[in-house]
Amino acid sequence: MLKITREEIIDGKFERVLNFFRSRSMWMLYYCTGCGAVELPPTMTSRYDMERFGIGPMATPRQADILLVTGYVSVKTLKRIVYSYEQMPEPKWVVGFGSCPVNGGIYWNSYATINHLDKYIPVDISIPGCMPRPQAVIDGLIGLMDMIGRGEAVGYKKYQLNNEWYKKNQREILERAKPVLGGTK
Amino acid sequence: MMEILSVLGYSFFVMAAGLLYMGIGRKIAARLHRRYGPPVWQCYIDVVKCFSRRSISHNFIMDLGSMMGLSGLLAAAMFIPMASFLPFPSQGPIIVILYLMPIGYLGMAMGVSASGNPLAAIGIGRALTLMMGYEVPFAMIVLTFVASFSSTSLVKLQELQAGGIMNWHMVTMPIGFAAALIALMGMLGKKPFDTMIAPSEIASGPMVELSGKFLGLAFLQHATAIFVETGLIVIMFLGGASNVFEFVAKQALVYIVMASLSELWARYRVEQATKFLWISAGSLALVQLIVNMAGRK
Repeated sequence: MLKITREEIIDGKFERVLNFFRSRSMWMLYYCTGCGAVELPPTMTSRYDMERFGIGPMATPRQADILLVTGYVSVKTLKRIVYSYEQMPEPKWVVGFGSCPVNGGIYWNSYATINHLDKYIPVDISIPGCMPRPQAVIDGLIGLMDMIGRGEAVGYKKYQLNNEWYKKNQREILERAKPVLGGTK
Repeated sequence: MMEILSVLGYSFFVMAAGLLYMGIGRKIAARLHRRYGPPVWQCYIDVVKCFSRRSISHNFIMDLGSMMGLSGLLAAAMFIPMASFLPFPSQGPIIVILYLMPIGYLGMAMGVSASGNPLAAIGIGRALTLMMGYEVPFAMIVLTFVASFSSTSLVKLQELQAGGIMNWHMVTMPIGFAAALIALMGMLGKKPFDTMIAPSEIASGPMVELSGKFLGLAFLQHATAIFVETGLIVIMFLGGASNVFEFVAKQALVYIVMASLSELWARYRVEQATKFLWISAGSLALVQLIVNMAGRK
């Protein structure tokens, strides 16, 4: 088993200078799986205005720094989330938004959803709540900014180091998503 | 040696000024939405961040196209006389500027089409259609200047307007000024004419596949385009400037007006935008041309 200390995985001095800029200009891609996306418009617009922290929406995974998984993740959308995550260039961060990506939320015993998102892609910070209010969302994103500034938000490095473990977990779920009645080959 | 240094310095100044106008525009838009808005220097942070990220290149043409887009517009900026300062001696030939500006857009078109994303192809198709729309009225305005003053030199146009606000072409040629402002709105891709970007419709169009440094280069290219286009309006209509600060202030004023007007309207479809530019801006420019030709001795 690979033993990695904290000092080895957190960002170095030069990276931390760049992290100053990265944390003050975070562009997000929100994957609107569930009900959470409805909390984002008030967070972005006049009432709570997240652009004052340099956080703004972006259209495609290539341009985005943070991936917001807003709500429950069904076994079919997991595949798309993994695709979107792997298309993003590094450094990249994931925010689990609401209770569902943390532990399944009210869908914890559903046959169609997964319960723990961080078994499949590395989640850097989670914002609990059902749903989290805009204040909580901004608080969570500021927490992520602090983590990036300290060089501790290294989920993407964990994904590289433990890629086999993540891929094994993803395969187990994606087996379940195959069509029952034959489907296309 | 001095010329190389002054070209480099001028390029950096052009990009820095363009990014500053972008930041001011974002702040103004935020205040009009009754938001606090990002700091004015947000665009500099964005560009540094873009260059600090890993980027995905699809092929050599994509690299070449991105560089060509920025360098074409920077080459156009070299001929803009910023308050009688030019990186190398020239008369500010307006035909050369009009010739070099599309190279920037064509470079961007080449680069992003090479990425192979269909949304990028749609976006660049719209951008080039829109270019056809605003080039026609703008070329007519340039024709008006050439026909009235028998000169294609920006330096000479600036000298003609010396001596007070009543000599500015904004006052002497108001119809042409209105046409130029509409064409400028299309050039800058501001709100009624932002069909090529359209984030909610075609996922930001040309930028869809750009990551890291490519996105940073696209940002710098847009900043340079803002400088060139507002600079042309300032010299042609607002009387130029006697020093650098005046020039920059006038450019910022033009950009602020554009950014505020942009918040008023919704988005045109591309054929509506082209039609509007040809019919409204084109007929205004034509009226100004006829008036100037009739008043000529």
